[in-house]
Amino acid sequence: MSSPASGLLSVRNIGIAFGGVRAVDDVSFDLAPGEVLSIIGPNGAGKTTLFNLVSGVYRATGGGVSLGGADVTGLPVERLAALGLSRTFQNLQVFYRMTALENVMVGRHIHESRNVLAHLLALPGTAAAERRTRERAMAELERVGLADVAGRPAGSLAYGMLKRLEIARALATEPKVLLLDEPAAGCNATETAEIDHLIAVIAKGGVGVCLVEHDMKLVMAISDRVHVLAQGRTLMEGRPADVACDPRVIEAYLGSGLPGAEAAHV
Amino acid sequence: MANRWAQLALIALLVAAGGLLAPSTYYFRVGALVCISAIAVVGLNLLLGYAGQVSLGHAGFVGVGAYAVAVLPAHFGVPPLAAFVAGAMVSLLLALAIGKPILRLKGHFLAVATLGFGVLVAMVLTNETRWTGGPDGMTVPRLELFGERIRTAQQWYWISGGVLLLGVALAQNLLESPTGRALRALHDSEVAARVAGVDVARAKLIVFAVSAVYASVAGSCLALLNGHITPDAAGFLHSVELVTMVVLGGMGSLVGSIVGAAALIILPQVLTVFHEYEHLLLGLFIVLIMIFLRDGIVPTLARRFGRGGSA
Repeated sequence: MSSPASGLLSVRNIGIAFGGVRAVDDVSFDLAPGEVLSIIGPNGAGKTTLFNLVSGVYRATGGGVSLGGADVTGLPVERLAALGLSRTFQNLQVFYRMTALENVMVGRHIHESRNVLAHLLALPGTAAAERRTRERAMAELERVGLADVAGRPAGSLAYGMLKRLEIARALATEPKVLLLDEPAAGCNATETAEIDHLIAVIAKGGVGVCLVEHDMKLVMAISDRVHVLAQGRTLMEGRPADVACDPRVIEAYLGSGLPGAEAAHV
Repeated sequence: MANRWAQLALIALLVAAGGLLAPSTYYFRVGALVCISAIAVVGLNLLLGYAGQVSLGHAGFVGVGAYAVAVLPAHFGVPPLAAFVAGAMVSLLLALAIGKPILRLKGHFLAVATLGFGVLVAMVLTNETRWTGGPDGMTVPRLELFGERIRTAQQWYWISGGVLLLGVALAQNLLESPTGRALRALHDSEVAARVAGVDVARAKLIVFAVSAVYASVAGSCLALLNGHITPDAAGFLHSVELVTMVVLGGMGSLVGSIVGAAALIILPQVLTVFHEYEHLLLGLFIVLIMIFLRDGIVPTLARRFGRGGSA
């Protein structure tokens, strides 16, 4: 089904229909290690749906996905996670009753033992493994600047913090591909700058980063390439500078009836 | 971490104090019933309180454990202790078999499916008269430990107290492990747990099976304590009682499980002095707890007295 992918992540002609509406239709893109690809488009363009397709949350009705050259089309989310694909969510998906540190520790799951009997009996080695998980999770929290709230319940943290907590949890899985769904939404200028820096560092480490983002300043600053969606279909893909002044893109934003902040940025 | 030893010490202290202060067999019997119920409730709390999966049929597993120590010795000459272990094994396998299809269901649908399972077990126990004695139940031979027949309520109090402590310690182990974190995670967000690599279906199945074994162990202890067992042990009302104990004591609190069990076992005994108003007062008590201590007795009080609420 998939062509031999040169890149890390290769999405081919993917699509899904909800009751006759083709929310995503025939979209293809590639992502290389260390690359930052932004997916932009007006509201309802299908950006989050595309993420849900690539990460296995939705099952595509057409097309395929390959990860590291292997066909992973239709694999469940947790298998994709084990193969190195992680993501964050636009509408936060945080474990609210757990502490910030525990949230990130869950991200270590695929690197931990699955032996339930050993867990029940606390066999030798489990305490040491637990300590390693804790240390690694703490390091990820430090990386996103949340070390000082490690012990607080996630439910008590501010929105901007939870956005970064999700990133830390995703990083804890040691992903090869990281999908970030609006990482800067609801963040102030300082926080956005921090996330900007964080994404650059993650990509420099060899992770392929794909993000959906409305903050055009952020998109233009950190993206290697920009993929524009409109009404579920690919409008164009190119370098940030080319996309910003493309008449089709400007038309899609202005013509969408949303001549607000987003369009003004473009 | 320090918290966990404090929990265990507190429970050990309560069990010891109860045992040393109990003035008569009657008190030992009530104490043993509290410990036995608490074993099942600790297990159910792992499923309901931590993983957020409802079971309205857990008494079915209590019934399996109870009838294992009755039927196997009576009809097959199996020693009670071996029957005890066999009951736990059967419950484990049964939970794995029925959990696989029904744990895909969520919320009310899962509640109804588990309810169906519980009703089914109770019906089998009631109707298979040749094996189970039917609605009248059957006698349970005494357990023999180290060559001694365990027959008094006092002995059962200490045994069930010990089993409860062990059950709490194992539950703590599980909760402080990757499996335990996965359970708490899927309670809050299944999709996020899956993205973190948690096999949600497997995690649910594990906790369902573990909680079934707790229920089975409690059932075996109950049958051996009473020396007689009826299908009521597996009945719907008993399932509801177990869920009530979890919610009353506090979902996601092991100490709460014990408090919930103690409240629902001891209160009816105390309230008998009010004769015909007994059930009315019990119901009122439950309603008031739910209104004023909504998160359950232990978590609400722990928060109110500023202990972080992780008990």
